[in-house]
Amino acid sequence: MGDGMSVLLRTIKAISLMFVSTELFAAAQMDLTPGVTAISQEVYELHTLILWICVIIGAGVFGVIFISIFKHRKSKGAVAANFHDNMTVEVLWTVIPFLILIGMAIPAAKTLIKMESPADDAEVTIKITGYQWKWNYDYMHEGFNYFSNLAQSSKDAVNSDNPKDREGINYLLDVDNRMVIPANKKVRFLMTSNDVIHSWWVPDFAVKKDAIPGYINEAWTIVPKEGVYRGQCAELCGKDHGFMPIVVEVKSEADYAAWVAEKKGVAAAAAAGDSKTWTMDELMAKGKDIYNASCAACHMAEGQGIPAAGFPALKASAIATGPVAAHLDIVINGSKVNPAMAAYGAQMSDADLAAVITYERNAWGNNTGDAVQPADVKAARK
Amino acid sequence: MSDDHHDHKPTGLGRWLFSTNHKDIGTMYLWFSFIMLFIGGGMAMIIRAELYQPGMQLVDPDFFNQMTTLHGLIMVFGVIMPAFVGFANWLVPMMIGAPDMALPRMNNMSFWILPFAFGTLLSTLFMEGSAPNFGWTFYAPLSTTYGPASTDYFIFGVHLMGISSIMGSINVIVTILNMRAPGMTLMKMPIFVWTWLITAFLLIAVMPVLAGVVTMMLTDRNFGTSFFEAAGGGDPVMFQHVFWFFGHPEVYIMILPSFGIISQIIPTFARKKLFGYSSMVYATASIAILSFIVWAHHMYTVGMPLAGELFFMLATMLIAVPTGVKVFNWTATMWKGSLTFETPMLFSVAFIILFTIGGFSGLMMSITPVDFQYHDTYFIVAHFHYVLVTGALFAIFAGAYYWLPKWTGNMYDETLGKVHFWISLVSVNVLFFPMHFLGLAGMPRRIPDYALQFTDFNQMASIGAFVFGGIQLLFLYIVIKCIRGGEKATDQVWEGAEGLEFEQLPSPAPFHSFTQAPEVK
Ligand code: HEC
Ligand code: HEM
Ligand SMILES: [Cu+2]
Ligand SMILES: [Cu+2]
Repeated sequence: MGDGMSVLLRTIKAISLMFVSTELFAAAQMDLTPGVTAISQEVYELHTLILWICVIIGAGVFGVIFISIFKHRKSKGAVAANFHDNMTVEVLWTVIPFLILIGMAIPAAKTLIKMESPADDAEVTIKITGYQWKWNYDYMHEGFNYFSNLAQSSKDAVNSDNPKDREGINYLLDVDNRMVIPANKKVRFLMTSNDVIHSWWVPDFAVKKDAIPGYINEAWTIVPKEGVYRGQCAELCGKDHGFMPIVVEVKSEADYAAWVAEKKGVAAAAAAGDSKTWTMDELMAKGKDIYNASCAACHMAEGQGIPAAGFPALKASAIATGPVAAHLDIVINGSKVNPAMAAYGAQMSDADLAAVITYERNAWGNNTGDAVQPADVKAARK
Repeated sequence: MSDDHHDHKPTGLGRWLFSTNHKDIGTMYLWFSFIMLFIGGGMAMIIRAELYQPGMQLVDPDFFNQMTTLHGLIMVFGVIMPAFVGFANWLVPMMIGAPDMALPRMNNMSFWILPFAFGTLLSTLFMEGSAPNFGWTFYAPLSTTYGPASTDYFIFGVHLMGISSIMGSINVIVTILNMRAPGMTLMKMPIFVWTWLITAFLLIAVMPVLAGVVTMMLTDRNFGTSFFEAAGGGDPVMFQHVFWFFGHPEVYIMILPSFGIISQIIPTFARKKLFGYSSMVYATASIAILSFIVWAHHMYTVGMPLAGELFFMLATMLIAVPTGVKVFNWTATMWKGSLTFETPMLFSVAFIILFTIGGFSGLMMSITPVDFQYHDTYFIVAHFHYVLVTGALFAIFAGAYYWLPKWTGNMYDETLGKVHFWISLVSVNVLFFPMHFLGLAGMPRRIPDYALQFTDFNQMASIGAFVFGGIQLLFLYIVIKCIRGGEKATDQVWEGAEGLEFEQLPSPAPFHSFTQAPEVK
């Protein structure tokens, strides 16, 4: 960041722009997005309407206050009048706001009813599950699901001292695997959570719904425009709440179909991976990717953990360097004492688990030499 | 003038530890709140320093969450509420012509619980593992199954605060209902007394609900129950319903007494009676009643049935009506007055305008379909800081300047007071106004780091924060200076001041006042 002077100048610029013009302030968005769906457009119009109602009432009330401040000053010789009651105005300023509110409530209710209409006629259904701190997108009728994590480029830039590292990478708004949906089709989202409450929000669709453990919430959208839309988790969900973005890519129907086919292929390959024997190098390479995507948030990239926050180191840890059985147990079934260490058996394939456990047992000088195979994982699952 | 002459004050530490005097206890409450303001404010400075630019520079994300959590809890329970109890202690007996609070020993206890409550809460910062890090709203299961070990201390602290508040409110109610001087009918009471009476009823109604919800957390965490644990058949959404059934009235607990303070100050400096006294009373009562049926407007995104969403939207919009009545009444009080602008009046006028801005954003958020976009963004953060900082806190400043001369017998330094006001006014808006833009542009709340497009407004907010935080040290200096000396205040203090405390008591008010009930016309 620049020196004090440039900060001061930017602040002055920003303050003056607040009052003078919003156009010049091109870099920073100041208003709600109209979004890209019919619903988000309606929401934007409601927002604009109520904002202007407030501005007008505000201008009236504050106007009267300012006239009073300038005209009715003792220093200007003003003498206090003697009224302190007036039935007529009191009734008026109770009834008129009430009528304005009714005028406001009607269009609001209409939009709300539309948004909450059931989505049984949806052509695509995606179950969204919140995890600390990533999303799982399950294409229920296509038979595949995958996790969507904060992109590695952002993870690398978070602690960097060089602001340039954060430029040009959609910092904190990019993911490794996007959600993909077809344009012009009704898409239904079913939200739930595996741990704490999260909230799935894409401003351009005007969809924000909480993902709550034990609940399945519903929302839907129809996006007419192809493109990439970004959002973030909106409900405080623990340490990395600020680091679980959402990216939705809207593709044409044909491209979407191709993408689904490709994903199905990947799912089939993963299933095949569960039944083969892997070499150490293969396991380590795959394990490193999985570790960085799924485990490093708590155990950190170098395996050092964050002991102060209760996340143990895996480097030289008793379990990661001790018998394999205990290691398999905690990763597959989770910790019995601390729910932060989730049961990854339910989230990952045998091959993934084998790879990440092998990685943990051999990285950062752990050097146990153990190569855990998918078959071992399968045997350890109860 | 009243004829109490013997000012036998106890001396030494015992005067404070064993005090049963409403003025001393009021003073302790106010100082407690002031100290907490600096602790909670310090945490806010850490938050704003981290948010000054993208990237993590100063703290780690978990510590950031601890700061937002403790900041919120301290400001709500440690600053705003105790400050208003301090005002109530000092003023209610003097305003209704009573010699003291009705239950003086309980008064002592309800104050002395607070240092322990907040000591317990703050001690979590020094414990192994994390301090509470789930936000001041402590939603389950983040605070139950996933809460750090220190959560149990947090629960204990909240219980203590609740006990203290309930005892304090019982005291206020009993005092107001039983100890008014002859002739002081309910509809002659100063508005401040009215607002506190209603606030006290709200407190008694909802503090047990808060106690209930933290107790359920405690048993979920330690004794195997599953009130909020989906895996055990419990319901995490029920947590939010119970919390906000407490939480929404709570926000009115934090604002009604400031309505009272502002309604005392505006007429004084307008030299004109309060416009619409009785409609003020009715508006306050209707806000209090409505506050019980709007709680789920904090939970529009949890997936309520449509009927529920519509009901809570309409009920919430309705609250704007009595709130509007209040603002119109204050405006009409100023209209055709003979205005002067000493510091208390400056803060009060700023209160009216800025609180109303907070009310507008509240009204915008009451519209359910639009709140889907606003919810859990910086727009909310802007809203509640406008109602709580430029609302409640500004009213506390206004009240402090207004009554300090009566309390200490000395005028505060008017020039410094004005400096405090103007710098606070500008910086608080530089601090909070851009947050509206951030929220609308899509920045979620409670995040320690943000995407690059949010940088400018965050920087602005941080600069505003440092100035606003810093200038409160000047306020501390002004208060100390006023206590130690200064131009002597007259008994009436302000040319237009009315009420028993100004008309019938000397400045400073004697240690024991109204040992004989005054005459009320
Ligand atoms: C949300 C934070 C979090 C994430 C993400 C996480 N863990 Fe853990 N992990 C923990 C905690 C907390 C413990 C300590 C549990 C206990 O005390 O029983 C732990 C313990 C462990 C241990 C035992 C360490 C020891 O020696 O005591 C292993 C092995 C482990 N985790 C592996 C993994 C793997 C593999 C992943 C990724 C697939 C992962 N963890 C992801 C929080 C996490
Ligand atoms: C016109 C009156 C008001 C209306 C209509 C109103 C409406 C709302 C709504 C709808 C929300 C929830 C927004 C969301 O989370 O999506 C909210 C939040 C909040 N309001 Fe108000 N409000 C009003 C006045 C006040 C007052 C007087 C106070 C306190 C002095 C207050 C304090 C708060 C706080 C603290 C929150 C945030 C709670 C949290 O999530 O942490 N509001 N308000
Ligand atoms: Cu989150
Ligand atoms: Cu509310």
